[in-house]
Amino acid sequence: MSVMAIKETRTDRIFNACNYVILGLFLIAVLYPLLYILSASFSDPQAVLSGRVWLWPVDVNLNGYRAIFEYQSIVRGFLNSLFYAGVGTLVNVTLTLLAAYPLSRRDLFGRNSFMLLFVFTMLFSGGMIPTYLVVHNLGLLNTRWALILPTAMAVWNMIITRTYYQVTIPHELLEAARIDGCDDFRFFTRIVLPLSKPIIAVNALFYAVGHWNQFFNALIYLTDESLFPLQLVLREILVQNSIDPAQLTDAAELLRRQEIRELLKYALIVVASVPPLLAYPFVQKHFVKGVMIGSLKG
Amino acid sequence: MDTLLRRQSTEQGAQGSTPRPPRMGRWAVARRQIKNGWQLYLMLALPVIYILVFQYWPMWGVQIAFRNYNVVDGITGSPWVGFQNFERFIDSYLFWPIIRNTILLQGYELLATFPLPIILALALNYVRLRWFKRSVQMITYAPHFISTVVIVGMLFVLLDPRTGMVNNLFGIFGIEPVDFMGNPDYFRHIYVWSGAWQGLGFSAIIYLAALTSIDPALHEAAIVDGASKLKRMWHIDLPGIAPIAVILLILNIGSILSIGFEKVLLMQNSLNLQTSEVIDTYVYKVGLQSAVPQFSYAAAIGLFRSVVGLVLLVVANQLARRFAKSSLW
Repeated sequence: MSVMAIKETRTDRIFNACNYVILGLFLIAVLYPLLYILSASFSDPQAVLSGRVWLWPVDVNLNGYRAIFEYQSIVRGFLNSLFYAGVGTLVNVTLTLLAAYPLSRRDLFGRNSFMLLFVFTMLFSGGMIPTYLVVHNLGLLNTRWALILPTAMAVWNMIITRTYYQVTIPHELLEAARIDGCDDFRFFTRIVLPLSKPIIAVNALFYAVGHWNQFFNALIYLTDESLFPLQLVLREILVQNSIDPAQLTDAAELLRRQEIRELLKYALIVVASVPPLLAYPFVQKHFVKGVMIGSLKG
Repeated sequence: MDTLLRRQSTEQGAQGSTPRPPRMGRWAVARRQIKNGWQLYLMLALPVIYILVFQYWPMWGVQIAFRNYNVVDGITGSPWVGFQNFERFIDSYLFWPIIRNTILLQGYELLATFPLPIILALALNYVRLRWFKRSVQMITYAPHFISTVVIVGMLFVLLDPRTGMVNNLFGIFGIEPVDFMGNPDYFRHIYVWSGAWQGLGFSAIIYLAALTSIDPALHEAAIVDGASKLKRMWHIDLPGIAPIAVILLILNIGSILSIGFEKVLLMQNSLNLQTSEVIDTYVYKVGLQSAVPQFSYAAAIGLFRSVVGLVLLVVANQLARRFAKSSLW
């Protein structure tokens, strides 16, 4: 601010101190559990179980991570999740752009009716059972499509994207292109798409993280274990606490397995959270912007 | 193409040099727009098909709530039973406990998680050290990207009665280990505060954005008048973000019966069922998980929830428009 010249009063200095203390508390509260799990995943299982790990790893080793790579259903789930996130996001972004651009055009006849058609689904939905029956009737149960098609587009993202187009693509641009004989398809592919990079990045991040973290659809639509995404495997191991020793091919004795069991959980939490956390700093700039564009329309 | 341009120029009142028909009727305009914009409709086709198949088809299928659905007769062939399924739910001995659990859980969550992001955003707004502000933001956003399954997994690991960190800490102070996840008394607190931990930073983004849109002249005037930072926060920043806060509150009230279902399902076990059974988990159990799925009964409960949610949203919106002068629509 441009008011640095005015000297801070005593109350303001106290205010500043309190402010930093509050933020510091927030910071520690969020960071500590994350750091603890990270450290525990690199520590000796004995040290973790007996409570000798507090902040930094004790007796550093990689056994937990080695166990993950030996555990076949985790590796398969990881690959499946990569597939769902990749293909799913591609479908999502395509549909979102295809809906958002025409709906951003003021000269589209029936625009408000189309918007109503989309927005109404945000207020009311058929619910879990009727949706399940539709997926069932379409024969999608136990196929990879069951995790991709029912969530092929999120109306909220479409509205954010539409607002982005309304703000960034001036009507004059369209008129100028038309005078040069450009039709709507060409305008979309040659002019709109190259201008959409930030909004595509935001959408891709939202959707990809959504796919990666999604587990409920897989739970109700899939029964074939070879199709399970990582989150379902995680649920078995972390939440239901069922670890199949037969899956750990090389683990030597039972005692060691017992310890590895706990360590595996810590390492698994880290491995499962890494892909979304890695993606996010890359698009952070666009991402905050995207959330703000969304809030603009409220 | 050029007809469209011409139409626009007439709209603006500019007189073209070419002689034009006096006035185009509404339908003539519409026909031209449709004819010129057929490519736009083609682009819209795929999303519209998606929304019809996966959103409106289930809405049509929700009629099974009023029927006695069986697989052989299908949705339209099964016999009508009127409100029988709804009556069965309302009369069931589980009705009040489930409603109570749902409202208490979401109400508690709303109260606990609503003020925290506002406090964080207000505090961040007065930080001059850029690196500090940046790192607090980066770190507090991070949990938002962790999946629900992993969050619940972390809770199980950290709160484990024998090996968890929290009970290890209790051990140092000589406190008996506590089985947090298996105790119905703790379920709500664990659910709500882990949610607050996860969503805090992300929810603050929207308030930070609102804070940057406050006119700096207001702050400058207040400084000249000798207002302290605390006073400025109270009299300038808080009123500045109030409209957005109200809108978020409306949205939260509208979803009071529906949010966070996946997490409840994951945290649920036979020991804490007494406080953790909510409407959606019950629908899931009755409709999909049980060996004899009761589609109609489950759909009726789901529909009941959707309708109540919609009514709550409308009422909250009316109240906000009346008293806070900001609303969704």
